[in-house]
Amino acid sequence: MAIDAATVRKAARLARIKVEDGEVDKLATELSGILTWIEQLNEVDTEGVAPMASTEAVALPMREDVVTDGGDAAAILANAPKADRGFFVVPKVVE
Amino acid sequence: MAELTDLTLKGALEGLKARRFSAVELAQAHLAAIEGARALNAYVLETPEKALAMAQASDARLKAGDAGPLEGASLGVKDLFCTEGVRSTACSKILGDFKPTYESTVTANLWRDGAVMLGKLNMDEFAMGSSNETSAFGPVVNPWRSRGSNRPLAPGGSSGGSATAVAANLALGATATDTGGSIRQPASLTGTVGIKPTYGRCSRWGIVAFASSLDQAGPLAKTVEDAAILLRSMSGHDPKDSTSIPAEVPDFQSFVGKPVKGLRIGVPKEYRADGMPAEIEQLWADGVAWLKDAGCEVVDVSLPHTKYALPAYYIIAPAEASSNLARYDGMRFGLRVDGDNLTETYEATRAAGFGAEVRRRVMIGAYVLSAGYYDAYYLKALKVRRKIADDFDAAFEKVDALLTPTAPSAAFGLGENTADPLAMYLNDVFTVTVNLAGLPALSLPAGLDAQGLPLGLQLIGRSMDEGTLFQLASVMEKAADFRARPEPWWR
Repeated sequence: MAIDAATVRKAARLARIKVEDGEVDKLATELSGILTWIEQLNEVDTEGVAPMASTEAVALPMREDVVTDGGDAAAILANAPKADRGFFVVPKVVE
Repeated sequence: MAELTDLTLKGALEGLKARRFSAVELAQAHLAAIEGARALNAYVLETPEKALAMAQASDARLKAGDAGPLEGASLGVKDLFCTEGVRSTACSKILGDFKPTYESTVTANLWRDGAVMLGKLNMDEFAMGSSNETSAFGPVVNPWRSRGSNRPLAPGGSSGGSATAVAANLALGATATDTGGSIRQPASLTGTVGIKPTYGRCSRWGIVAFASSLDQAGPLAKTVEDAAILLRSMSGHDPKDSTSIPAEVPDFQSFVGKPVKGLRIGVPKEYRADGMPAEIEQLWADGVAWLKDAGCEVVDVSLPHTKYALPAYYIIAPAEASSNLARYDGMRFGLRVDGDNLTETYEATRAAGFGAEVRRRVMIGAYVLSAGYYDAYYLKALKVRRKIADDFDAAFEKVDALLTPTAPSAAFGLGENTADPLAMYLNDVFTVTVNLAGLPALSLPAGLDAQGLPLGLQLIGRSMDEGTLFQLASVMEKAADFRARPEPWWR
């Protein structure tokens, strides 16, 4: 499927990636090429086929529903770009 | 004696045990080799102090007689593995100076068994690439060159640093990961051995996630037996990864050298790519002959949906990646580029932090999962994935393993395939099928092409049956008698 500039901007918005005006046409060409190539999947008859999201070879065990870690605020904040008194500092969310 | 870095892992472990040299001497030899090979750009972080401290501890344990199975072995670690207190970036700018406060399970298993870390290895950004050219640290240069040429070649990817470190004797072995071929394709392009085990054999905990239903860790090694030794240590059930298989880890090394008489080998006709060099075709025939000579029965099989694996992968992997990479929001770790509001901060951070290929894949992923396209793209791909897995199931009713080429070409020039994303994707045409089906597959060097570049063959096994792969690969390794080494032009 051919991807137009508006669709590129929509995908970029969904992906939360800023795209400069000058990049849109090139991205549209690249994404169109990839998605057109992907469309050969329509040649495969998948009527009644169950989607396969994972390939587990064996049944996987459930673990006890208990807290197994926590209390590591310092470790969790160690790599934060901005932190203050045990909290992440983030931009204002509500105007 | 030859240089310590020339040793295989097995040879080094024997030498350490016999106290012919110390773990510190072995680490020092590797550190010196790494320093002399910076032109290859295989390591993105050298950790000499850590290596020497770990080696000293290994020497103490060797002296005390309580050595682990990998005691004193100098290894490299792909930068996708989180290593406690040691910068781990997945070779992306977005992780910046990230220093994990925890250790990945696979690397923790290696250190438990006595291995020594030399440093972190270059790779394609977030393991997205087939040439190691998407790394934020620049490309790795393949130690191999075409005969009579100085043209720099790509080592393959995404584990290009791991493959190069092993091929150039900058580590006895290395950790790697494989989502669509990222262990096996670089193994083929660098004359090394790599195995992607069954999905769930190695814990994914602490490995930076790319496409979680496909990602699997495995070793790159100098020999089949070395790969078996490493895989045993890396594997095992881990309650911290809900997809980790709760099964005993076999002694993979015990399969090396076992007779293969009577095993049935399938040759899938769909792995004959258009425009594939005649040399690869010939090598594949040689591989068949070696296994026949060893008493295997070789039969033709068909995996009719093979050609659809790559397009299905380029929906499923980007979809999972767009989800996994949502965590890089500039809030909790890594890079933050401030914008006027929260959304602009996200968008500016991710535009600055992700390279072109990662941006492309995350956008494709977001698109194929979006309302109106989910069924047509994502669900369709999951259904085709089932057909591909069914093809393998049918084949494994008739055969014990499959033999194919690993990659459609030998090493290519840096920059040769970067202009066209699709051309790069085609590198994984023979490797991506097993990721979709969750099966184990091993690549081993089988010969050289007319330019003197290595070519690999791939063995694909039943789920949980890595043992048979080691058994067959060791027979083929002996028959191939692959002794070629790259000229050390980088020294």
